[in-house]
Amino acid sequence: MTARRIGAIVTATGALLPLVLLTVYSFSRNWFWPRLLPAAWSSRAWVYVASPASEISPAILTSLWIAAVVAAISVAIALPAARVLAWVEFPGKRAFFFLLMLPVIAPPLASTMGVHGMFLRFGLTETVTGVILVHLIPAVPYTILMLTGSFTRFDPDWEAQARTLGAGTLSVWRYVTLPAIAPGLALAGVFAFLISWSQYLFTVLIGGGQVITLPLILVTFQRGSDEAITAALALVYLAPTVLVFVLMAKYMRRHA
Amino acid sequence: MLTPASLVLVGLFAGGVALAVIQSAGFFAPAGEHAFTLQHYAAMLLNREFQLSLMLTIAVAGIATFLSAAAGVALALSLRRIASRWPILNALVQVPIAVPHLVMAVLLINVLSQSGLVARVGYGAGFIGAPNEFPVLVNDPYAVGIIVAYVLKETPFIAVVALAMLARIGDEYEALAATLGASGWQRLRHVTFPLLAPAVVSASVIVFAFIFGAFEVPFLLGRPYPSMLGVVAQRRFTSIDLAERPDAIALSVLMSVITAALVWAYLKLMRYQIGERPTLF
Repeated sequence: MTARRIGAIVTATGALLPLVLLTVYSFSRNWFWPRLLPAAWSSRAWVYVASPASEISPAILTSLWIAAVVAAISVAIALPAARVLAWVEFPGKRAFFFLLMLPVIAPPLASTMGVHGMFLRFGLTETVTGVILVHLIPAVPYTILMLTGSFTRFDPDWEAQARTLGAGTLSVWRYVTLPAIAPGLALAGVFAFLISWSQYLFTVLIGGGQVITLPLILVTFQRGSDEAITAALALVYLAPTVLVFVLMAKYMRRHA
Repeated sequence: MLTPASLVLVGLFAGGVALAVIQSAGFFAPAGEHAFTLQHYAAMLLNREFQLSLMLTIAVAGIATFLSAAAGVALALSLRRIASRWPILNALVQVPIAVPHLVMAVLLINVLSQSGLVARVGYGAGFIGAPNEFPVLVNDPYAVGIIVAYVLKETPFIAVVALAMLARIGDEYEALAATLGASGWQRLRHVTFPLLAPAVVSASVIVFAFIFGAFEVPFLLGRPYPSMLGVVAQRRFTSIDLAERPDAIALSVLMSVITAALVWAYLKLMRYQIGERPTLF
């Protein structure tokens, strides 16, 4: 009984304490040693983060744009691939899965350094396009693995049955396949977005400090030791993740 | 159907690795190299900083993986029954997995540094009289900050994997052992742990591989010398001295080889599981 309670408390603390602490830091002013709570409260950090004159809103927009494009491309690429991987046996399938796992498990450092020279030649370094391309390396395999799971739970015979009933390719897709895999599709897209959103190193390596995304700004402020603005930025950086979890929890409750 | 995916996987990912291999083997034009050589690999392997970094990286990844696995299994065991009554716990336990590593690092700097929250609590309780009496836990020689960050991030991951496995195993085996007179500890030791082991071991291999190639956390919470391998590779790659870049690429190729071996081991281990495709995060 007590062990269960400890587990529940640890879980709730681990999930919520970071958000609480960052919120307190973001509103703190003059929070010097040895105070356990800030001496004064201030909205200075949030005013600065929201101010259109600061360098922060362009960075947020750049991050959003890159992540949205990465998510769209990843889903478009992963859909046909996942269908084949889930339903068709072919020689080399194991090897293909191995190739898929590599960039998902370990950050693709060698690839990024390798393509850097090629990107340099094509003028893709220090551009948003180059950063999008390098974010695709971890995002696409992840999306394929997630969507393959969705297709595995979908029986290809359902498509065949719809075709027997006279449905064309488009109708089969629109009324049978898409509704069946829609939740998995949405989730895969969201995770591709989050993968791009959380990239730091590869944005720096390919963007060369010219493509400024939110995590780059976050590190700059961390190095500058402005705790309140750093915490506010960290919360903005966390916002999509928290949003996804709230939506997922709601969805799970509705379908439980 | 697989063509667009292959463009990314083969073109960008595998192609990138191939280019990295070529550039690190003496064909790095920007530094005026046009002949095959393994000097960059030799230079890295014989380099004192590389050797220290490799040991540090293996130690940090090993310790953090072990602690995460132990804590994750304990968390899963304590959550397994209560989670069905409180489904929200299933969502909450996954939150730290999705917290970006940069955020975790920022948080730990605020909490664990010598004037951080934990030190202030210690001061309030009378354990220490000044910030410098608090142990150095961030940018420290024993990489405590880095290990704490990864344990906080990876324990929930192991717990999620273990919870899924526990749900699949069900209660019958343990109930059977109980009717045969096994005590609580005996059931854990001889029934639950062996059934959990394949899932937890394979998840631990993933955790190890991930920490092995990590960057953000050691970048913010580590020391300048020796750094973990990812930080060394980044520093050399972005150095003003172009001659250091092939060294960085050679290092990243070496790291890829080690990672690939780990992933291969992971897939081997997964075969012992109930014949299911590996699920990640």
